[in-house]
Amino acid sequence: MTRPVRSIATGWLSAPHFAPAVLLIVAYGVVPFAGSDYLLDAVLTPFLALGLAALGLNLLTGYAGQVSLGSAAFLAVGAYAAYNFNLRLHGVSFLMSLMAAGLVTAAVGIIFGLPSLRLRGFYLAVSTLAAQFFVQWALTKFGWFSNNNPSGVIDAPQLTVAGIIFTGAVGRYLFSLTVVVIATLFAIHLLRSQVGRNFIALRDHETAAKVLGVPLLRTKLLAFGVSSFFIGIAGVLWAFAYLRTVEPAGFNLDRSFEILFMIIIGGLASIRGAFLGAAFIVVFPLLLSRLGAALLGNVFDSGVLEMSQRIVIGALIIGLLIAEPRGLIALVDRLAERVLRRSPRPLPRSPQF
Amino acid sequence: MFDYQFFVEVLVGGLLSGVMYSLVAIGFVLIYKTSGILNFAQGAMLLFAALTFVSLVERGVPFWLSLSATLMIMVGLGITVERTVLRPLVNQSPMTLFMATLGLSYVIEGAAQLLWGTQVHGLDLGIDDVPFELGGVLISRFDLFAAAIAGALVTAFALFFRYTRTGLAFRAVADDQFAALAVGLRLSRVWAAVWTAAGIVALVAGLLWGARLGVQFSLSLVVLKALPVLVLGGFDSVAGAIVGGLLIGAIEKLAEVYIGPFVGGGIEAWAAYVVALGFLLVRPSGLFGQRLVERA
Repeated sequence: MTRPVRSIATGWLSAPHFAPAVLLIVAYGVVPFAGSDYLLDAVLTPFLALGLAALGLNLLTGYAGQVSLGSAAFLAVGAYAAYNFNLRLHGVSFLMSLMAAGLVTAAVGIIFGLPSLRLRGFYLAVSTLAAQFFVQWALTKFGWFSNNNPSGVIDAPQLTVAGIIFTGAVGRYLFSLTVVVIATLFAIHLLRSQVGRNFIALRDHETAAKVLGVPLLRTKLLAFGVSSFFIGIAGVLWAFAYLRTVEPAGFNLDRSFEILFMIIIGGLASIRGAFLGAAFIVVFPLLLSRLGAALLGNVFDSGVLEMSQRIVIGALIIGLLIAEPRGLIALVDRLAERVLRRSPRPLPRSPQF
Repeated sequence: MFDYQFFVEVLVGGLLSGVMYSLVAIGFVLIYKTSGILNFAQGAMLLFAALTFVSLVERGVPFWLSLSATLMIMVGLGITVERTVLRPLVNQSPMTLFMATLGLSYVIEGAAQLLWGTQVHGLDLGIDDVPFELGGVLISRFDLFAAAIAGALVTAFALFFRYTRTGLAFRAVADDQFAALAVGLRLSRVWAAVWTAAGIVALVAGLLWGARLGVQFSLSLVVLKALPVLVLGGFDSVAGAIVGGLLIGAIEKLAEVYIGPFVGGGIEAWAAYVVALGFLLVRPSGLFGQRLVERA
C-alpha cells in the first residue's frame, strides 16, 4: 500500500464541509416544495435508487477491485425479499422488511461471491453472470416469490414507517432520500474503518495485502456481502418507491451494465462519483429525447432514439476511459479547484485492477 | 427404463450445438491471446456482420458479392477499432480495456440497428434442415454443416498460425508483448489484423447463428453462451474453446432434458455457468488454460 490511508475518503474530507450540508438542506427543504411531481417521480426517485445501487457496486468494484456484472440480480433479490417479508410476516414494520431484505441480499451476494476465492479478473466477472441468470430464472419459475402471480409481477405495498405513510411523489422522494442519506453515511464510515482499508489493499495488490495480514477470504466475502446489502436496499427503493410494480424481466443484464456504467462514468472508488454517474445515466436519456424532439421533430421515433442513445452512451464510455479514466468526478474536482483557486492537492491514484 | 437411443440423440444434438458455441468462443480467444482483452463486443460484431450481410442480400445484391462486401466492412471495422479504441488505451489495465469493449458493443449494436433497422430478418444459406438417420439416431443436417464449417475454420487458423509470417507475429505477441515490440513487430498492425480475424470469425458465426435464430438483436446475446465456454476452456486456448464448447453444449442439453423437468425447466440459461464454475473450483486454470498464467 503506497497510498496514504487517508485518501480513502479524500473527496469528503477535503471538500468544504458546508457543501454536503447545503446539498442536504436543498434536498430536504427546497426540492419537495419547489419540484414538480414529474421531477420527483421520474427523475429524482430513480436517481436516488440507482445512485445507491451504484454506490454498492462501487464498494465492490471501485474499492475492493472485484468486478461484478450481476448487480441487477441483487436489486431483484432485495425487491422480492422485501415484498415477501412484508406479505408473509404480519406485524413486521416496513423498516424491518427493508433491513431484512438487505441482509437476505447480502447473504445471496456472499454465495455468488464464493468464486472470488479462486477466480480473479475476467473469470470472476464472467462468473458473476451466473447470479444474473439464476436469480432472474428463479424469480420467474417459482411462483412463491411473487405470491403466485403468473408473470412474476409484484405490487408494492404502502410505505409506512412508525405510523407515517409516505404517499405521493413527495412522500416517496423523502423516504428514498432518507434511506440513501443514512446508507451513504454508513458507507463513508465503513470506508474510513479497517474494513475499507482492507478493501483497498485487496484491490491494489492481493499478495501484498496478504503479507500485511489482511484476511483475504473474509475481506472478499465481506466486500460481496456489504455491496449486495446496499444494492438490495436500492432494489427495495427501485421497486417500492419508484416503479411500485415490478417484474423479474426489469432486472436484466442491461440494468446490470447500466449500474456498471454509472461507476465508470462517475468515477471508480468514489462515493460522489457513484451518484454523479447515476445522475448522468438517469438524466441523459431524458435530455437526449428532448433534444431529438426539438431538433428533428417527428423524424426521431423511439426506435431511432433508443439506438442513438446506445451509440452515444457507448462512445461516451470509450471517450471517458481514454480522456479521464478516473471519471466525471475527477473532471468536476479539477474544475472546482480552478474556480476556488485553491492550492492543487494531489489527485488520488486511479484504481488498478 | 433408461432410453439409450434418446440419450444419444440428446447428446449428439448437444455436441453439435456446442460447435456453434465454440465458433463464437474462438473469436474471443483470438483477441484475448494476442492482446489480453476480453472483447465483450464480439457478440455485437457478430450481429453487425450478419445484419449487414442479410440487408445486402435483401436489397438484391448477389450472395458472393454481399459476402465479400461484408468481409471488407468487417476488415474496416477491425482497423477502425484499433485506431480509435485500442491505440489510445494502450498500457491501460485489462479491466479498463474490457469496459471499453462494453462501450464498443453498445456503439456497434446501436449502429447496426440504426443502419439496417430492428426488424427480424430470415437468413437462408441454402441448406435444408431435414434430419437424417445415422445408426438409429436423428441428426440435423444443418448442425452437421455448421460443425464442418467450424472444423474448416479452425484448421485454416491452425495452418495460418503455423505457416505464415503474420501468424508467427500473432504467436510472438501472444507469447510476450514487450519482447515482440523489442524485435520490431508493430503491435498496432498485429492488433488490427487480430481484430480483423475476429471480425471474420464473427461473420461466419453470425451467418450460422443467424440462419438458425433469424437475424435480430438477440443474436448479440450469443456471447453469453460463449462466456462459460471460455471460462471452462481457458480464455487463451483455441483447443479449449472447442472442447469447452462441446462439453457445455452436451451438458446443457442433457441437463435440460434430464434435470430440467424436476425444477420447472428453462435451466439452459444458467446451467452452463454453474457447470463451468463447479469445474473451476476443482481446477482453476480451466481445461487448457496455462497453469502459470495468473488469472487476473
